[in-house]
Amino acid sequence: MRHYQLAIIGAGPAGLAAAVKAYENGVKKILVIERDKILGGILNQCIHNGFGLHRFKQELTGPEYADRYIKMLNETSAEIQTDTMVLNITKERILSVISPLRGFENIKADAVILAMGCRERTRGAIRIPGSRPSGIFTAGTAQRYINIDGYMVGRRAVILGSGDIGLIMARRMTLEGAKVLACIEVMPYSSGLNRNIVQCLNDFDIPLYLSHTVIDIKGANRLEKVIAAKVDENRRPIKGTEMEFDCDTLLLSIGLIPENELTRACGIQIDFRTNGAYVYENMQTSCEGIFACGNVVHVHDLVDYVSEESEKAGEAAAKYILGDKTLNNKTIEIDAQGAVTYTVPQRMRCENIDKNLKVFFRVNKSIDKAKIIVSDYQKDIASFKKQYVVPGEMQNIILAKNQIENIRGDYITIRAEEIISE
Amino acid sequence: MYDVLIIGCGVVGAAVAREFSKYNISLAVLEAQNDVAMGQTKANSAIIHAGYDPETGTKMAKLNVFGNELTAKLCKKLNVSFKRIGSLVVAFDEYDQMHVNNLFSRGSANGIKDLEIWSREKCLKEEPALSNKVKCALYAPSAGIINPWEYALALAQTAVKNGADIYFDSFVTSIKKEQEYFKVSVLNGSSYYAKYIINAAGVHSDEIASMVSDNAVKIVPTKGEYYLLDKSQGTLVNHIIFQCPTEKGKGVLVAPTIHGNLIVGPNAEYTKNKNDTSTSASGLDYVAKMALKSVPDINFKDNIRNFSGVRANTLDEDFIIGESNTVKGFFNLAGIKSPGLTAAAAIAKEIVQICSQSGVVLERKDNFINERKVVSLKSLTADEKNKLISSDPKFGRVICRCETVTEGEIIAALSGVLPAHTVDGVKRRTNAGMGRCQGGFCSSRIVEIISSQLGIDPCEVLQDAQGSVILTKRTKSGDTV
Repeated sequence: MRHYQLAIIGAGPAGLAAAVKAYENGVKKILVIERDKILGGILNQCIHNGFGLHRFKQELTGPEYADRYIKMLNETSAEIQTDTMVLNITKERILSVISPLRGFENIKADAVILAMGCRERTRGAIRIPGSRPSGIFTAGTAQRYINIDGYMVGRRAVILGSGDIGLIMARRMTLEGAKVLACIEVMPYSSGLNRNIVQCLNDFDIPLYLSHTVIDIKGANRLEKVIAAKVDENRRPIKGTEMEFDCDTLLLSIGLIPENELTRACGIQIDFRTNGAYVYENMQTSCEGIFACGNVVHVHDLVDYVSEESEKAGEAAAKYILGDKTLNNKTIEIDAQGAVTYTVPQRMRCENIDKNLKVFFRVNKSIDKAKIIVSDYQKDIASFKKQYVVPGEMQNIILAKNQIENIRGDYITIRAEEIISE
Repeated sequence: MYDVLIIGCGVVGAAVAREFSKYNISLAVLEAQNDVAMGQTKANSAIIHAGYDPETGTKMAKLNVFGNELTAKLCKKLNVSFKRIGSLVVAFDEYDQMHVNNLFSRGSANGIKDLEIWSREKCLKEEPALSNKVKCALYAPSAGIINPWEYALALAQTAVKNGADIYFDSFVTSIKKEQEYFKVSVLNGSSYYAKYIINAAGVHSDEIASMVSDNAVKIVPTKGEYYLLDKSQGTLVNHIIFQCPTEKGKGVLVAPTIHGNLIVGPNAEYTKNKNDTSTSASGLDYVAKMALKSVPDINFKDNIRNFSGVRANTLDEDFIIGESNTVKGFFNLAGIKSPGLTAAAAIAKEIVQICSQSGVVLERKDNFINERKVVSLKSLTADEKNKLISSDPKFGRVICRCETVTEGEIIAALSGVLPAHTVDGVKRRTNAGMGRCQGGFCSSRIVEIISSQLGIDPCEVLQDAQGSVILTKRTKSGDTV
């Protein structure tokens, strides 16, 4: 059985950044496993720009962003095995993998980093009734057809969901000569980044229908018609508000799901709010020696934060591999309350935090002039002002070590409040 | 000129074709669609019933019980996924209890030997996810779950291996009796001649029968809608869970599928349009509400697909099997609704016997091929996997992540007897695209593989039926491409 200090599953932005950082922190025998034939993951089909503003202070395209990390990885001693699928992981960190070149084999690793990314929610997940013709794609699948394979998926399109990929694809389809009739969002707000609403819809006069959804699909073989309607506050269609769109294409941008089938099968604890593993301050999962980072933990809006989070995982894995086993200190749970729907990490061990801890979270409603309050029982231990928080944009706060080192209980809470000016 | 021409290549047509292919006759099947199993066979509950439902003494009862036994044997021979997991008909009140007792007596009268009535305690012990309102249940160990399209395909492939011709995209437009034979015309312009015709056209069997002025068949197309849930829900129940019928309907079932998912459905709605397999919000709401009565913990958030099938119901409860009263040499297999999938193999034996009595000369072949090999990487041991991959590395390349289907398996499905040529054809043969991402990751790879294997442009690759194109044109490509 081959043996590595560190095995990383996935060579998208998360896996690449984790590998580079683990190497920089002294781990030399690393295996990076990727199921595609090339490195870079989903970035390869994201040919639009806007990547890297935080990380590199530059506007890069997806492939350019990936290329930066691929070059860094090539400078390390990490072994890269593409065209390889991991079928199973055990708590003892034995990976069963399969590939055309090496066949089926088991690989042992001292530590594992899960970086499998996410997949798109499908029509079934939101139970859109109607017929089942061709011409209905998830936005990411359409993106692959257009940007990687070089084929158009249709001529007249409706986009359901205002997730970022859907917005990007509205513009992409338009630039390729298709007519995008509408973007339809069930929530009263967009779930995508504001800049994408402006640059991908407004700039091309594509109407955005908030509080609307698709209620029926017509077409025997290829899609012919999409029926949409306004929804009430319980997201139920309102009779009499139906709109018909003659179109041959429906793109679904209705959310992403962290791809955690390996994680679940391994018995690692999953947070039902994020659909990703519960992680500690250092991105370790509930299973010792198995770390996770990027979209497999929670769905990010910006790749820059994926890289940052993954570097943390790479560094922590290195520490673990090189013998720092003093990680099992007292655990404090981080409890998301009110408008805050979840946090990552969900738990922390203060002794393991060097200077500060960045906590990512999302909110379920828009708040102008918000205050994020961190409390230990009744006592507020930190608060952060934000100009605004919106559900479509992931938020973060940075807790300084001195704010959290003397917590009395075994949990802290995080909540968001509106600042009411006096 | 064919001796026997079968119209329709669903599970019934395919089973009949296989049965006839045991004999030295010339044999053909006409299928309106571009693949086998495109009608009821691909959209049903995928259950092999025990046979306590049909009235004792009917053809349906006899063919169901016999069919159950035959299906198990055939699946073993032809390498078709089938598992006898047993079924429970669950009673929630006294009325239901009476019904369960009646089913027990009827089932026993129909010749099922191993039926049991389970107490409430036994039900909850064996099936902890059942509603705690359960009073008792009828347990039938011979009921099973099957891969219906694989079954139909295996039957059709066996028929072809034994000399049958199958013509796809052959929508029958007229049938004329000309003295001793029939002339069958097809929409694409072809004509076929045959001495005997078997009508196995499913929901369209009344239209086919009326072409020879046989108006005895009247189909009442009835739609049934379903949920298919993710594998995370697939282990929720261990048996097929049926409900007792009420004045409102037959009740819906909850069962694991042979692929490890959970199937929930169907309702029963009359539909005017036999080709309308759409689902509706109201139908799906009804199905979910009903299912939760028997299994309250189903998590419908894990739904991965909804579908519906149109069943060939008739006013008469029983199957219509036999020679037409108006035209000699024309045989109907009509009104084959549930338990048609279970009964198919028995129906095939029955019709061959009827035909033989009506003058079809049947002489056994001595070289009947009755086996089928399937390569499924998932089911192999580590050593077997490595052997296969070293002989063809493509068996080491996973294309469908959710169902772990390799490029080698997909290429195998695109060649051989009755190969796939569409994305859904590949799905039905390999399970690629059936999983939780519903082809999100693999469909573009599968289009590419189909395109290169069949030597067709990606824009010509179909999702499923004729007209279901996926890609419309190349993106801006300049002069070089």
